[in-house]
Amino acid sequence: MRICTVLAAFALILAVAGPLEADPRSDAKKQVEFGISVAQRGLWREAIYRWERATQMDPTYAAAYNNLAVAYEHEGDLDKARTAYEKAIELEPDNALIKQNYDLFKEINDRTPRKDGL
Amino acid sequence: MTARLVRTACSLLAVVLTAACTSYYEIPIETPIRPKLDVSAFQRVLIAGFIAGGSEDVDANLETVRLLRSQLRTKSELRVIDADVLPLMDVAAEEHSVATNGDSLNGQEPQLPSVIKEEKDLEPYEHIFANIEYWKRIGEEYQSPLIVTGTVMFTPHARSGFVQREQEVYDSFGRRRVVPIRTYMERKGFILKPKFIFIDGRTGTTLHSETFREEILYNANQTTPALSSYFELMDRLIPSFLSTLSSQKIKGTRVLLK
Repeated sequence: MRICTVLAAFALILAVAGPLEADPRSDAKKQVEFGISVAQRGLWREAIYRWERATQMDPTYAAAYNNLAVAYEHEGDLDKARTAYEKAIELEPDNALIKQNYDLFKEINDRTPRKDGL
Repeated sequence: MTARLVRTACSLLAVVLTAACTSYYEIPIETPIRPKLDVSAFQRVLIAGFIAGGSEDVDANLETVRLLRSQLRTKSELRVIDADVLPLMDVAAEEHSVATNGDSLNGQEPQLPSVIKEEKDLEPYEHIFANIEYWKRIGEEYQSPLIVTGTVMFTPHARSGFVQREQEVYDSFGRRRVVPIRTYMERKGFILKPKFIFIDGRTGTTLHSETFREEILYNANQTTPALSSYFELMDRLIPSFLSTLSSQKIKGTRVLLK
């Protein structure tokens, strides 16, 4: 009986501790995937929330920063978009798709007046 | 030889695998662009008129006023004021004669050209845009709108020289190729050079000014009415003009990554 109680307690500890030690990338990836599915339906604010969570869960996840940058761009928040693109490129400097997005972003950003009116 | 083949196959496989492993989704986006000028303080806009010159076939002042008013009616949130076009050349001439009254006794004062044929003819008229009191008075008359004025030069233009164009050629096997050919051509057309000046109707001061230049050339034997050319050239610069006053959305495509 006493052994059973100890085993049950051990099993409970394992069950609780398991999710806490989950791979941050796989959790972040779920958020990124969900963000993509809502962005495809035009729900960009929800997508931003998901991708921001993904970057908090895994700050080394370049794809999450790239997607976040795209969403900020769509919302017209160009300063935040630039920061997110630059972070994505810093994490994956050889990713041609991120670079392509960033180049297209820069084309638009260069035509836009800055907030200080310059 | 076998080792080289293996290496090539491996690198090819790596490229294919990289492409296959990258999950990406193309998505259309619309980026909102802020206007160059903060016009939130204005509810109304007055396209006052322009000092115009160049071709005699087009009244560039009247046509520009009409076109900008119609564009702003549909593409801006500002209310467009319907008013007579201001005779800015007459106003500037009158102002000039008053200003030079003291010197007129010796007959040495510079005269304003009665017809504006080229760009330098515009210069003596341009002081009108700096006349704060005049624009303030106009602003009071129309309940402090944003005033759009400036200069428009629409001039005939001819140019001859070598032009590169593409020509289809077929080789002895009947294969089609497109090759660049340089030919000497005489061409004529028009240059449109407007300068838009945005004036605060409350204070009479200039808020912003912007100059554009567009050019179109046709074959010398082609006859295109001046008015058609004017509209074609204005069509090219209207988006830039509108982006000064109202926000725009730029459509594009981006890639989302997993």
